[in-house]
Formats: sequence, structure tokens, C-alpha cells
Amino acid sequence: MTDQKEMEEAQHHVVSPAIYVVVFLALLVFTGLTVGASYIEMGIFNPIAAIAIACIKAVIVVLFFMHVKYSSKLTKLTVFCGIFTFLTLIGMTLADYISRAWGQW
Amino acid sequence: MSDSTAIAHGAHAEAEAHEAHPAFLRHHFENVEQQADAAGFAMWLFLLTEVMFFGGLFTAYLIYRNWYYPAFVAASHQLDIFWGTLNTLLLISSSFTMAMGVWCAETRKKKGLVLCLVLTFILGIGFLGIKTIEYSEKIEKHHVPGFHYSLQSFLDPDSDPAAKAAGDKPLPLDMARHTEVYFSLYFVMTGMHAAHMIIGIAILGFMIFRARAGAYTAGHVTFVENFGLYWHFVDIIWIFLFPLLYLISRHANT
Repeated sequence: MTDQKEMEEAQHHVVSPAIYVVVFLALLVFTGLTVGASYIEMGIFNPIAAIAIACIKAVIVVLFFMHVKYSSKLTKLTVFCGIFTFLTLIGMTLADYISRAWGQW
Repeated sequence: MSDSTAIAHGAHAEAEAHEAHPAFLRHHFENVEQQADAAGFAMWLFLLTEVMFFGGLFTAYLIYRNWYYPAFVAASHQLDIFWGTLNTLLLISSSFTMAMGVWCAETRKKKGLVLCLVLTFILGIGFLGIKTIEYSEKIEKHHVPGFHYSLQSFLDPDSDPAAKAAGDKPLPLDMARHTEVYFSLYFVMTGMHAAHMIIGIAILGFMIFRARAGAYTAGHVTFVENFGLYWHFVDIIWIFLFPLLYLISRHANT
């Protein structure tokens, strides 16, 4: 019984070209947005907007082009763990650099 | 049917089981799905090591940009948004054609697969071609870190069209020298990205060859699929490189 269920879950999902076209168009729109946003003076929000749009694009690519949305739980967990570890490492590095000179001035 | 029953039935049953599965199914896997899952899992583990590799470079960029902010702003004005945007479009398109290639392989369309792989190949070459134009511009202006590095664009911005157009003010000498750090990171990051592109294009060439012989349209798509993952990953790296190197310092004039 559980075997059957696991088999179904792992069964290969073919993503339809319609989804690829929509994703492609979305990526083009976001590219236009990020270039356009860089020409508008927003002060500190310029880099924030640029990185936010880049993250959205990356998530779209991972979910649809890389099929993670349709993958097994193992793949989803692997991807999540990897990104989580990466962000943790960056976070700890930055925490070090930010706090290194604290109390020394 | 599990392995243990096959063993219990002895050599005869094993020979029967042999005929029952497709030729590409390795014997240590129970079925095709399990084999595909294992291959996909392994590919993702490899990509995660790549994430950590590029992640270190991104972190270095982040920290140095905070330390030498005026230098990074002035140096990034030397990049041409037009080429960067065009390259982004080329790479996104190549990701799309690659995704379509995976679909063609899954639905066993040989001609479609070959066409998609060839398009991906061409778009990849196009990306590298534009990168060459950009690099040669840097070489001409002596913006490649090393003995021949020139600070002129940053000490005297009016002498440089790109710096003048961006409204750069002259940097003090000690800050101007740190533009070299920006270009070091620029060349390492885009260079490593380009190296991944070159490897990808080489594998694409091999795949076009094999796809024409019908290797990926007979049900065994793992290789195409995993290469697709690699290619999309390279695309994602550029999705982050492009705003960080080209875009975020457009207006930040100090």
C-alpha cells in the first residue's frame, strides 16, 4: 500500500510547455523591471529592489525550469537545506563583520 | 517485486527479471523512478556545492562593497548596462530553450530536442561573444587588475566617457586604488561563470551529437534532465551577478 503511494509520488511529472512559456515571459518582464528600476533614484531601495527581483526570478527558475515544484519530497528538502545552510553561513559571516569593532571606539 | 524475492527464486527468476526491465535500468535500482530520483538527488547535491562556491564570492563582494563603497560605485559605472541586459536576455532565452529540450526528450521528440539543444548552444556562444566584447573593452582601458592597471578613469573621471556620463567625481588616490578590488571580483565572478558556460557548451555539443543518434528520446532522459539543472543553475548565478555588478550602483554617487 505505502509502496504504491510512494511510487505515485515519485512518478515522473512532465511539465507542459505552456508553463515554460509563461515562466519565460515572467522572467523577461522581471528583467525589464530590474533594469528600469535601476534608472530610478530610490536611494537605499535601489539595491534592495534589485536583489528582491533577482530572488523572485531565481525562485521561479528553481520551481518551474528545474522542476522542484513537481519533484519528490527528498529533492525539495535537499534544495531547502542547501539554501538554508548558505543563508546561515552568509548571516554568520556578516554578523562577524558588523560586530567586530563594537566597543572599540 | 523486491530484490529479496528475486534472490530467493534463484538464477532462473533473475534471468526473467532481466528481460522485464529496460536496458538503461542499473541493477542496483529497484525501478526506473528510483534511478531517476537518485540521479536527480545527486545532481542537486553537486549544485549545492556550486552554490557554496559562488556564495563565497558573493559574500566577498558584499563585504568589500561596504568597505570601499565609493570605489565600487565608480568602478561599476564602467560596465555597460546595454551589454549586461542583452546577455541576461540571451541567457534567459537559453534557459527556456533548454527547458523545452527537456520536455522534447520526455515526450520523445527527437527533432525538437536537437533543435532546442542547438538553439541553447547558439545562445550560449552568443553570451560568451558579448562577454568577449566587454572584456576587451576592459583590457583596452587597462581595467584588468595587475601591473598595467590604470586609475585614470577614477582619478580624472572627465577623461573617461563612461565615468563622465555617470557624473563621477574624482576619487582620492587611496580610494581609487580600491577600484582594483572591484575589478578583481568582477573578473573572478564573471570569469568563473563564463567557465561554467564553456563547460556547459562543450557538454551541449556532445549532447547534440548523441541526441541526433536518438540517445535521449527512447525513455532514458536523465542526462538531458540533469544537464538542464546545471544550465538553469548557471542562469541563476547570472540572474544575481547582473544586478549586483551592473545595476545597483547606477545612482549611488557620493
